[in-house]
Amino acid sequence: MAVARPFDKLPALNSAALLLVGADGSAQQRLAEAVLRERKEFEISIHLATSLPLPAERDHLRPRIDLIVFIIDIKSKYSLKNVEASLAYVDASFFLGKVCFLVTGVGRVNNCSIEMNAIWKLRDVYCSPVLLCELEVERIQATTAQRLLRMLQICAGHVPGVSALTFGSLMRSSADD
Amino acid sequence: MAAGAVLGAAGTDGTRVQTAPGGERPGAMEPAEGAARTLPSTGRVSVAGRISGAGRLSRGPHLRKLSGRLGVSPSGRALPPGSQENADPQKIAFLLRKQWTLYSVTPLYKFSSAHLKDYGRQLGAFIAAEKQKGLAVEVGVELGIKVAVSSLPGLKGSDQDHAAVLVQLSLKSSASQKKTEEKLIWSGWFCCVAGDDLSLNVLEDFTCLPLFLANGAESYTSLVGSWFQKTFDCCFRRLVISPLILTWMAALWTGYKVDKTSSAVELVFSVPCLPQPLDISYAIHTEDAKALWDTVQKTPGEITQEEVDVFMDCLYSHFHRHFKIHLSATKLVKVSTGIASARCDGIIKFLQSQYIIRVLMLLTELAVAQIQ
Repeated sequence: MAVARPFDKLPALNSAALLLVGADGSAQQRLAEAVLRERKEFEISIHLATSLPLPAERDHLRPRIDLIVFIIDIKSKYSLKNVEASLAYVDASFFLGKVCFLVTGVGRVNNCSIEMNAIWKLRDVYCSPVLLCELEVERIQATTAQRLLRMLQICAGHVPGVSALTFGSLMRSSADD
Repeated sequence: MAAGAVLGAAGTDGTRVQTAPGGERPGAMEPAEGAARTLPSTGRVSVAGRISGAGRLSRGPHLRKLSGRLGVSPSGRALPPGSQENADPQKIAFLLRKQWTLYSVTPLYKFSSAHLKDYGRQLGAFIAAEKQKGLAVEVGVELGIKVAVSSLPGLKGSDQDHAAVLVQLSLKSSASQKKTEEKLIWSGWFCCVAGDDLSLNVLEDFTCLPLFLANGAESYTSLVGSWFQKTFDCCFRRLVISPLILTWMAALWTGYKVDKTSSAVELVFSVPCLPQPLDISYAIHTEDAKALWDTVQKTPGEITQEEVDVFMDCLYSHFHRHFKIHLSATKLVKVSTGIASARCDGIIKFLQSQYIIRVLMLLTELAVAQIQ
């Protein structure tokens, strides 16, 4: 059973790796392309997965993952179940600021199949921030890509003075206010 | 019977669930025989036990205010006492088995139940004036449209609720030389069942009747709606029911006891992201569904979100076992049980008079949530 561990590989110079986990492949693809279009000073590699664990055969070829984003579509209960099942394969030390939940589809209140309390429970149990977005809208997709890029930069350690854990607790305390 | 090739699934033990492309459904839906009957006895209860691990969401009056926000389910309150007896089955029999389109209405300003006849006359004059302008579509020999506005007693949850108001449009036509026949062409009614949250916050001169149900041609609905909006400064909005609320309705209504064996519990799902729209209809025997719900529900008279989730998960995993399709990734668009049937675009049909108050209570809560 391959568990994703944050520090079992050496980091590469001036680069960062992002892992997107979610049931809907096409939305992930579009988000990944949006992130790659942003202006950045370091190299990014984005890995897409429908669920964890990642296959162990190619594990030696993958770089160190700096940020895992779990994508939940509010219209599909299946995506929530998928994410909950995948969370078991993530090592506990990842949850110190290197995991984030992205909830998409919040523009359509009338189509929701998931109760928001379930999302807040995930946020509280796993101590990770929740970003709400609507990936169908171009502008919001671009904004979300910028946010993720910034978070990735912090989690990969490229911002001096701010660690992933500091940033995670900052997001949590501002969300509680 | 194997399902269509586009789904790539195989049902091997005679479960019959038909899938219809193009959004149409075949006429007679047979319940899933054989396999569905084994639902209560094949240890599905163990699945229920595993999933519902994390404590219970506490239910209380404070949660009702939250139901307006994104994706919070309504509270499963018990029926307030004393309201069952008020609903006279004969008087409300005409409400059954008709398709009602749902609207949410903001409080009406200076509406008085003493002037219902005046309102009827004014509405009749308005409709006649509109027809003269050529806005309403009506062809043929007729003498005019008669409007009747009356009060419907017995359709309220508590004494604070305003009595329901019924508006009926009938077409007067002379069938023969002496007789003038009246044919009911449109009916609509306002009601409020246990709308305490809204009526507490409202000022004087405002009447709270947040739920409006209409049956008949859309042109008349818009005429009546625009007259009410102009006269009482209110706002009509189509009530939309989200899939989350539909699962609540499915669980709630399955739990009610029905005397005679009624039709099956039927859930219709629409599959997104396909080149051709596809609808999946999943029908379960009422007794089996009720047996499953009884094993899931712990406290009588109170329902939590976890119990509804477990109930739906059991149904989804049963379907997945036979057809390898994840229904949880599709959108639930219609629920129909022996009590009532509801569609996600805000269409409801009442089938049993004894439970009409409870269904109205849930719909009132949804309407209030949409207003706030």
